[in-house]
Amino acid sequence: MIEGTANQNPRYTKYHPKWHRAKIPIFWWIHKLPHIRFIARELTSVAVALYACILLFQILAVADGPEAYARFLAWLKTPFSVFLHAVAFLFVLFHSITWFNLAPKALVVSLGNKRVPPVAIVALNYAAWLILSLAISWILLK
Amino acid sequence: MAEGDHAEAQIELEVFRFRPDDHPEPHFDRYQVPSRHDWVVLDALNHVKNEVDATLSFRWSCRMGVCGSCGMMVNGKPVLTCATFLEKFLPGPIRVEPLDNFPVVRDLIIEMNDFMRKLQMVKPWIIRKQEKPLAEGEYLQTPAQLAEYKQYSMCINCMICYAACPVYGLEPAFIGPAAIALAQRYNLDNRDQGKTERLRILSQEEGIWACTLVEECSAVCPKGVDPAGAIQRYKVTGATEWWKSILMPRSNG
Repeated sequence: MIEGTANQNPRYTKYHPKWHRAKIPIFWWIHKLPHIRFIARELTSVAVALYACILLFQILAVADGPEAYARFLAWLKTPFSVFLHAVAFLFVLFHSITWFNLAPKALVVSLGNKRVPPVAIVALNYAAWLILSLAISWILLK
Repeated sequence: MAEGDHAEAQIELEVFRFRPDDHPEPHFDRYQVPSRHDWVVLDALNHVKNEVDATLSFRWSCRMGVCGSCGMMVNGKPVLTCATFLEKFLPGPIRVEPLDNFPVVRDLIIEMNDFMRKLQMVKPWIIRKQEKPLAEGEYLQTPAQLAEYKQYSMCINCMICYAACPVYGLEPAFIGPAAIALAQRYNLDNRDQGKTERLRILSQEEGIWACTLVEECSAVCPKGVDPAGAIQRYKVTGATEWWKSILMPRSNG
């Protein structure tokens, strides 16, 4: 553990048994709208992980030969899979949009003496998203 | 309880009480206080202390939003009670509790040593590798260089952001919003040369990486410091420094 580390069991304080420490309930996030929004955003990452898993299974199916791949494609066309993809797509969209909107918080760029306005940072992110999506769809669909 | 001198409009305060020597468990006491349009919650608490119940304990000092002593939960939201008007909560009642996420010593008084320790940990002062002699004069700064960090220097250490931060509540080891914002206040100061020393503290798991960006710290900050922004900005710095240390292990950042 490095010097100055914060981890020194902060729940316990020697010689102070009389302090009152409120317990945090499991559903602490249900009372305030910003907390609910936060938990919703966190949960959308499950959909992102789901997409990643489906892609990995697709690669496995390719590796297993044409028959396995055909079976995988057939599964993709089932109503269950279409429904799953529709829901996951909405979640991933929500995740991506909130992510891009937060980008200017982390990226503060200065050109000369002027700070690049936050809107421009967001716009650049969306532009990059669009260009990459177009490039990938061009490769896939040509 | 409160005997008004004349028929003045009243508002009810529900105040969190904890006096471990008398009662082991906390409870709420109710007080009727005059509902005056120029009164803030702190005025109402002082009225209770002076006129109704002298055993009520709370901290305050400047009553003008500078000292950062009077932070409390008012109707579930962490605020400076000197800057929160009673009128906002008509017809009442107003529930006043000590700041969330801190141990309570007595009534509305929280224990703040954990914050003080973390504040020191991030070295919130100008670090110079070599001080220049006094004869050479002060370290000059342009308005643009001042603007780089000024927002973060507005922090008054009121700990309202800690009360709003669910991460700090759930993982008390988290260094927390104000301390990281104040570290950034010095990191972004062109007179400072202590970035590398602070990096070791801030880039720990309990430092910036514990933050999950709930953004409530920035929403409640009475001084517009935006600690959430400071932390996200430092995540970029932390990640860049990590890559540098992997790709160029010999350079000393």
